[in-house]
Amino acid sequence: MPNQTDGANQNQADQNQNANLAINIVAMHKWYGEFHVLKDINLAVTSGERIVICGPSGSGKSTMIRCINRLEEHQQGDIIVDGVELTNDLKNIETVRREVGMVFQHFNLFPHLTVLENCTLAPIWVRKTPKSEAVEAAMKYLERVKIPEQANKFPGQLSGGQQQRVAIARSLCMNPRIMLFDEPTSALDPEMIKEVLDVMVELAQEGMTMLCVTHEMGFAKTVANRVIFMDVGEIIEENTPDRFFDHPQHDRTKLFLSQILSH
Amino acid sequence: MASNEKSYAPGQHPDLPAPTNLVGPIAWIRGNLLSSPTNIVLTALAAWFLYTILPSTLNWLFFDAVFTGEDRNACRAAGEGACWAFIGERFKLFTYGFYPLEQRWRVNLSFVLLCLAMVPVLFDKVPYRQYGLYYAMAFPFIAGWLLVGGNILVLELPIVPTDKFGGIMLTLVIGVTGIAFSLPLGILLALGRSSRLPLIRIFCIGFIEFIRGVPLITLLFVASTMLSYFLPPGTKFDLLLRVLIMVTLFASAYMAEVIRGGLQAIPNGQIEAGDALGLKYWPAMRLIVLPQALKISIPGIVNTFIGLYKDTTLVIIIGLLDPLGIGRASLSDPKWTGLSNEVYLFVALFFFISCFAMSRYSLYLEGKLETGHKR
Repeated sequence: MPNQTDGANQNQADQNQNANLAINIVAMHKWYGEFHVLKDINLAVTSGERIVICGPSGSGKSTMIRCINRLEEHQQGDIIVDGVELTNDLKNIETVRREVGMVFQHFNLFPHLTVLENCTLAPIWVRKTPKSEAVEAAMKYLERVKIPEQANKFPGQLSGGQQQRVAIARSLCMNPRIMLFDEPTSALDPEMIKEVLDVMVELAQEGMTMLCVTHEMGFAKTVANRVIFMDVGEIIEENTPDRFFDHPQHDRTKLFLSQILSH
Repeated sequence: MASNEKSYAPGQHPDLPAPTNLVGPIAWIRGNLLSSPTNIVLTALAAWFLYTILPSTLNWLFFDAVFTGEDRNACRAAGEGACWAFIGERFKLFTYGFYPLEQRWRVNLSFVLLCLAMVPVLFDKVPYRQYGLYYAMAFPFIAGWLLVGGNILVLELPIVPTDKFGGIMLTLVIGVTGIAFSLPLGILLALGRSSRLPLIRIFCIGFIEFIRGVPLITLLFVASTMLSYFLPPGTKFDLLLRVLIMVTLFASAYMAEVIRGGLQAIPNGQIEAGDALGLKYWPAMRLIVLPQALKISIPGIVNTFIGLYKDTTLVIIIGLLDPLGIGRASLSDPKWTGLSNEVYLFVALFFFISCFAMSRYSLYLEGKLETGHKR
């Protein structure tokens, strides 16, 4: 009898956990034509969790997080984001995209709009927020990323680090529950990497659910709950940062770590 | 002076005025006209050329020219200059064509309304621009009614058949209609050509390639003669209206290709950023992609506009008289023989002023939309 109770409790716990899942990827596969890019990806992210994904280039890590907001389509398996399953249904895709913010390697700011307009565009046109409210919120987020004084400039007039911070503010303006970062610091000069990472660390400390493709191992050690290592389209290893860096299990991981930490 | 000591603390050096051989008129002449032996020769040649040609040209154009007179004899008596009296006498014909005399206020009013409609379209710092744009969108229809006439609610204007249209007024009617409708149509065709839906894509490609593969004159002939075979017998389909449709379709095909070039220059990341923010297709196009693509395409778009505007002279072939047609018809007047120079110069000047204005505006617009980035 006690066993049964345990089982019931376990069930209950599982269900609670499922309800808490921000992202649930189950047996997901993706092909580009003949090329099998993602193989049997399984990943469950609980709300508030911060995950760093690393791996050599071409390992499919960017493709994987781009599947989460359907910038890439998957062919097999399930992706459930915030309780909504990603299918061909445009309604679902739109719902997911409203809740998921994304920051790109090359910022992808809208060059013909000012920083402020970049930030208010989606709230006004997607969330139908009145303009004055959207501006107020945008200024709040621009202050959080520490560039309110640049609000009326165009992206082309800012440094790379500033542009990336604007991109983060632009995503935050939609009040996303999940943030995806696709190599946010790879296109930046060393001096600017820190200012962007600082903003991301702050965001992590406030409890945002974050998935971050990055090679900034310092960032991974500071904020990640889990580090995922990918190679040739598979998740090779996942662990807490401490154990991941100090006791990597897989030979491939060891090789990768020795290469990126050697200089 | 030659010492190793700095006169200012590091980082404190003020901006000093540039040396005089870098700025000022003499520096400009030296830099632009006399910078190298080749340039000196070219400058001298140009000066000699102007010296030879300018006095006689100015004399013919202005100083010896005759500006008033009843017929050719008035000019002959005065001497060698141009006979602008002829243009003066025919000016109304050049402007209004054969539009009935007592109805010409309608043409004038339409022109004033056109100028008013252009203000909010061309300049963005106009008060109440939003309403101005609504008005500009309604303008083609208001002007159509004003010029042709007919009943609208309680308002009634006598009908003027479109074969009375002519001259500058005709050019403006065709040019403005073509410009106003070919841009939106071209945008739709360009977007359709890159659509994911095969049916739309095939239709757009077919349309663009067909129209581009056929000379405008052929299309105008089709408009003037063959269309009546395809339409049910007895349908009255105004000739000018057919011309307007053909010119618009013709320009829109070229416009589509110009805009497609602009669309291709927009990095995919822009669309992805829009997608990631949850924007749907049309808002993403309207707010993100098209503003950038159209900005890049401005030179090509204005090029197409200018081409369209000048192509309006082709309507002469199907019997409509634009300024060139009116000019040629006027040349056969026995009272004023042998004045083709004046007529063609006048027509050329009219087209040049319109086209040059469009070209300058496009430069102004490019400058205004420049936001300090190259992507």
